Amino acid sequence: MKRNKLAEQAAPWIALVAMFVVWEAACVVFKVDSFVLPRPSQAFAAMWEFRQAIWHNARFTFTTTLLGFAIAVGFGLLLGLVVGASAFVYKALYPLLIGFNSIPKVAVVPILVIWFGIGFVPAVLTAFLISFFPIVVNVATGLATLEPELRDVLRSLGARKIDILLKVGLPRSMPLFFASLKVAVTLAFVGSVISETMAGNEGIGHLMLSAGASFRVPLVFAGLLVISVMGVAMYAAFAWIEQRMTGWAYRGDVNAA
Amino acid sequence: MAFVDIADASLIYGEDGESGTLAVKDTTLGIERGEFVAVVGPSGCGKSSLLKLVSGLNLATAGRVAVGGEAVVRPLKIVGMAFQNPTLLPWRRVIDNVLLPMEVADGLRSQYRRDPAPFVAKARDILATVGLKGFEDKHPWQLSGGMQQRASLCRALIHNPALLLLDEPFAALDAFTREELWGVMQTLWLKERFTVILVTHDLREATFLADTVYVMSNRPGRVIYTRKIDLKRPRTLEGCFEPAFVDHVHALRDHISIARSS
Ligand SMILES: Nc1ncnc2c1ncn2[C@@H]1O[C@H](COP(=O)(O)OP(=O)(O)O)[C@@H](O)[C@H]1O
Ligand SMILES: [Mg+2]
Repeated sequence: MKRNKLAEQAAPWIALVAMFVVWEAACVVFKVDSFVLPRPSQAFAAMWEFRQAIWHNARFTFTTTLLGFAIAVGFGLLLGLVVGASAFVYKALYPLLIGFNSIPKVAVVPILVIWFGIGFVPAVLTAFLISFFPIVVNVATGLATLEPELRDVLRSLGARKIDILLKVGLPRSMPLFFASLKVAVTLAFVGSVISETMAGNEGIGHLMLSAGASFRVPLVFAGLLVISVMGVAMYAAFAWIEQRMTGWAYRGDVNAA
Repeated sequence: MAFVDIADASLIYGEDGESGTLAVKDTTLGIERGEFVAVVGPSGCGKSSLLKLVSGLNLATAGRVAVGGEAVVRPLKIVGMAFQNPTLLPWRRVIDNVLLPMEVADGLRSQYRRDPAPFVAKARDILATVGLKGFEDKHPWQLSGGMQQRASLCRALIHNPALLLLDEPFAALDAFTREELWGVMQTLWLKERFTVILVTHDLREATFLADTVYVMSNRPGRVIYTRKIDLKRPRTLEGCFEPAFVDHVHALRDHISIARSS
């Protein structure tokens, strides 16, 4: 039992190391040119060599991502509340939301550039636009799936809508909300990096683009690795918060008789 | 006039009258204050709909429904409700689940906020009555299905409702737990003597608990048979094997068969 647990915890790290080993070995065995696919050791070397530039640009990406994500959380929570609390608004806005979400955000960046210029603002906004949708959907779903019996109990008590929302609806949708944050924050990274790549003068995306332009391929891969690490770290952080905030949702099914 | 007075009431679901589902048809029945009534009938015949009519959650399409001498034109605020699904809130402790109605109920809310102590005492008292003493601070997932259903009954009764509406509250429980809860229900009722309408498909349950049992026909539901259960109280599980009890159950079963085949 205990050994299983240990193995379970070690497994992702072993998989990670294994991936690097296979990658490195494949590059050596098949003599892959480092302009095509650099070995991971080269990528790490580039990471060390350009650590100052990477640190500076990673901070920029981190800032734009978190800012865009924060706006998405606020906006997504509010819109989710409105959409989920009223069946009418739900019906009215849902197709619109789906439609909006189907637009590739790459296509939006040029518009943002026209409006706000390049750099910081479009990166934040792209991160926001790409990440608010799962938050809205999850909060709205949590609210809209209130058991009809419970709704009857509350209605027959003469409960006000706002009370139902605050005491039942909102706590009920919290597990879904926190689950959606994990997904949303990784999407936010995608958004800000897209924008930096297309219309940036700073950030990891921009760094990778300029490294690619000057054929420093190992640095491009170093950038990729840095983005993944940031993504995983933020995901883990929100998974931890989720566990802390909504532990009750994982203690078994309340409705099981 | 009876406390709950239903006269020629019908309920049609769906806006456009004709094409909607006729769930309850021309039903007439009267329930006295403090009476324990059971409604039995084939599945889908309109039992839950009848409760919705009484509670005002749905309004009669035709006929008249009155409770306490007043026509029902909006959801009543003097009812407590419990269902097959206990619908406790998993993030709240048992005692906080029981007190939920006090936090939201129109008219009681402000009173509770000013001085919660008597209501907390009442919640503890009623939890003790149903055998949940010591579980007040547990969360619902730490309780068995039967215990959750007990807590759900407490929540339905915390605000001293004049009318308790029960929609198959014991249907999802195993036979032993179910019979245990009949006893709990009887104890609660003998103590407070609120009016009860219990919907059930268990004829022994109806006979054990009710003063009067109504048998409803297939949809659209109408009352096709009324039987007074004159067994003395408190009734016991041993009593379920006595001839008088068994006679009642048989009589009800005969009429259910008629209802199903009609
Ligand atoms: N909200 C609703 N909208 C439309 N039809 C309904 C609704 N609720 C119940 N019905 C229909 O009304 C009939 C009676 O349902 P119900 O009162 O729930 O029966 P029972 O509780 O006796 O099983 C059924 O045919 C059911 O499909
Ligand atoms: Mg029903």
